[in-house]
Amino acid sequence: MSAVTAENDGHHDHKPAKGFMRWIVTTNHKDIGTMYLVFALAMFFVGGVMALIIRSELFEPGMQFVEPQFFNSMTTMHALVMIFGAVMPAFVGFANWQIPMMIGAPDMALPRMNNMSFWMLVAGILLLFSTLFVEGGAPAAGWTMYPPLVLQTGNALPFAIFSIHLLGISSIMGAINIIATIFNMRAPAMSLMKMPLFVWTWIITAFLLIAIMPVFAGAVTMLLTDRFFDTSFFDAAGGGDPVLYQHLFWFFGHPEVYVLILPTFGIASTIIPVFARKPLFGYASMVYATAAIAFLSFIVWAHHMFLVGMPLVGELYFMYATMIIAVPTAVKVFNWTATMWKGAMTFETPMLFSVAFVILFTIGGFTGLMMSLAPVDFQYHDTYFIVAHFHYVLVPAAIFMIMAGCYFWLPKWTGNMYDERLGRLHFWLSVISVNVLFFPQHFLGLAGMPRRIPDYAVQFADWNMISSIGAFVYGFSQLLFVYIVYKTIRGIDCEKATDEVWEGASEHGLEWRLPSPAPYHTFETPPDEVPTEHF
Amino acid sequence: MRKTKQLLAVLGLMTIGIGVAQADYTMNLMEGATKLSHEVYEMHMIALWICVAVGVVVFGVMFYSIYYHRKSMGHKAEQFHENTTVEIIWTIIPTIILVIMAIPATKAMIDIDDTSATEMTIKVTGWQWKWEYEYLEEGIHFFSSLDEESNKARHVGSGIDPWSVPHYLLNVDNPVVIPINTKIRFLFTAADVIHSWWVPDLGWKKDTIPGFINENWTMVDEPGTYRGQCAELCGQDHAFMPIVLIAMEKTDYAEWVKEQKALVIANTNAANREWSVDELITKGASIYANNCASCHMGDGKGMPGVFPALSGSPIVTGDIEAQVELIMNGKGMMPAFAQMLNPVDFASVVTFIRNDLSNTVGDSIQPSIIQEKQSAITVDEDDV
Repeated sequence: MSAVTAENDGHHDHKPAKGFMRWIVTTNHKDIGTMYLVFALAMFFVGGVMALIIRSELFEPGMQFVEPQFFNSMTTMHALVMIFGAVMPAFVGFANWQIPMMIGAPDMALPRMNNMSFWMLVAGILLLFSTLFVEGGAPAAGWTMYPPLVLQTGNALPFAIFSIHLLGISSIMGAINIIATIFNMRAPAMSLMKMPLFVWTWIITAFLLIAIMPVFAGAVTMLLTDRFFDTSFFDAAGGGDPVLYQHLFWFFGHPEVYVLILPTFGIASTIIPVFARKPLFGYASMVYATAAIAFLSFIVWAHHMFLVGMPLVGELYFMYATMIIAVPTAVKVFNWTATMWKGAMTFETPMLFSVAFVILFTIGGFTGLMMSLAPVDFQYHDTYFIVAHFHYVLVPAAIFMIMAGCYFWLPKWTGNMYDERLGRLHFWLSVISVNVLFFPQHFLGLAGMPRRIPDYAVQFADWNMISSIGAFVYGFSQLLFVYIVYKTIRGIDCEKATDEVWEGASEHGLEWRLPSPAPYHTFETPPDEVPTEHF
Repeated sequence: MRKTKQLLAVLGLMTIGIGVAQADYTMNLMEGATKLSHEVYEMHMIALWICVAVGVVVFGVMFYSIYYHRKSMGHKAEQFHENTTVEIIWTIIPTIILVIMAIPATKAMIDIDDTSATEMTIKVTGWQWKWEYEYLEEGIHFFSSLDEESNKARHVGSGIDPWSVPHYLLNVDNPVVIPINTKIRFLFTAADVIHSWWVPDLGWKKDTIPGFINENWTMVDEPGTYRGQCAELCGQDHAFMPIVLIAMEKTDYAEWVKEQKALVIANTNAANREWSVDELITKGASIYANNCASCHMGDGKGMPGVFPALSGSPIVTGDIEAQVELIMNGKGMMPAFAQMLNPVDFASVVTFIRNDLSNTVGDSIQPSIIQEKQSAITVDEDDV
């Protein structure tokens, strides 16, 4: 023991390593957080290009640019890249940067595993991209990968499955790290019910990840053995059942969509109080509502399967259980509104995105509630109405709050204020175009346009064209975001950020009591007191 | 150009605030043609208006706050942050609204589930990428695929304007025909992958799952043509397997049944006569275009790595019996065509493939031989 201690004592002046190797071998939570965020941003554009290929083909009726098989690959890869490559890594990036600073810890609990989980993510995504170049093309059976269709995939199938294994391992390691950090490394003064909401939502998300990722890995492994080792888990001819896969998949898939939205809630609950200059309304009820949503997410999965021919009582159960989710979700929306109520609000870019999030997420919630009604879902299911619904809760909700989080914390990370004028321009371009993009898709779905089709009947032409125009404006507006971030990091024409950054922010979170930019190592000794605004 | 003009017209209408209700396309769910579909539509509208009402209240409060509680308006922040009474109230109110919605939804579910006392049964089988219909009582049986005009127009670089094709992508060669005011039971299954049979006017869709049978029912009130599509991703031609359902007066339906039965006899007669090679090749070209070209491509070159080429294929240039066997029974992704093509179509497409698509085998097969093979398969199945 003593030898080990002595050796560690020799490394007191931890500075980032020089050169490129710093990023390969780093175990620093801030470096790893940065890498996660940069990687997520890159994948956001790759997934975005795929989306624009889809929207180009759908710009008008008739097949113009791609073959249907490639179109299906694009819808499949777009979803996988956005979910596993962009949104999830972005939240892990925030977790890495913010959780230690928010709870007064010097780093993540398991720094080497932290490094490993990042590089495994990169490996997993690269393996997924490699399928674009194998014989038979990339997976084209949708991100849900239902058999028997997915078993018709060409040589890409095992690559895609191993890629999911890697991504799953990476997520589980990230989740374990976050749980270990939050449970063990909080400042002594920070009881669980004093933790910032972002930390709360992430710990709940981490438990979700640990519970669901093995199920997904198991389900896709069963696909692998069905294809290559003559099992018939999902083949009726061999005594299996294709619907079994759907149960397994959605037992993973429904909590998975909450993995994408819970940290979103956390960021909103962090940002809104700062700009309302008020404590968050109903802190405890926010925590309970998050936990309730997470619990419910495990018992509603078959609402994705209302058409597979479940017995009536099964369908009724899943309908009622799904409807109940509206209650804790509504409580959260009411709490955010009450937080704004009688505040002294200012509308800097993070707040603009947050307000847009509350409104547009609520619209996505409304359509979700409509779809929970099984008899009406018989009409909505597998149409563009669904596409509109989940894009409303993913783009102007999850992606908007990722943007908001970047604007909110970037001054703390870099020491420079971003360009507020450009930030607002980015916001207004995004919020208008995202609605032009997705709102008409409600009409398309209701009018009868199925999802995942590369070509459509001419009565769907107008709204598709409008939607595609929105897509291009939205897509290209995001280049402005890259420019703003670059400018801020480089400090080109930027004001220096104060330590507090936002007026009164140090009353809301520990990170605002640190210098800007946050030093490479922070809270080597835990802070004596923590913000107590919630009680 | 027409599309661009229409788009401009739509945008124009929207900006001057007339709304788009006048336009010739729909923005809302269709009410449909059955009692069930009306019930579903009502449910949809109730849910929609509840959401709109809640939205007006919540967003109203939020916008009021955003306008009046701004720092720039000189508003000072109050520091309240908890109120258990309020939390309880806004937990209970949504719960009550949900119960109000759940009651009609449950009733609709029970109605949809009631497949008792049906008067006739149609079995629907999903194939990549067509529908098979079997009228169990009448013994009528046929396949229904995308109509020829849409099929020609739908390829990249076809040069055909989709706007010039009537019911582009929503038309089929053989529509499914039902009588009105008759409670019809549908049975659903699939031959290869999962599909979903959806005619919006009936108010529901149902997955067709290989190896399993689902059911649903309908009773159409008005004669008419109702169009729909496959709703579950089923591979590359998922967008190209529409459904056309024609509801007729009972007397017209009886007439149609007669015609169908006469057609079976005509087909048998056609199969029994001697066909010339040229006749077979000519007919085979259109059968190939409708059944084979989407995978093996119009020129027979296939898609490397996914769909094998037919031009110069050892199977095509080899023994004709072996090729017939393969097409009948299918292989891997290739469906079994034994029941899908009638003897004339089957014989002509085999002859076409062997003598076109850069192949010059020179032989042919007669429909009568195919007919013997097909009836042998049917007998085998009956034995089981």
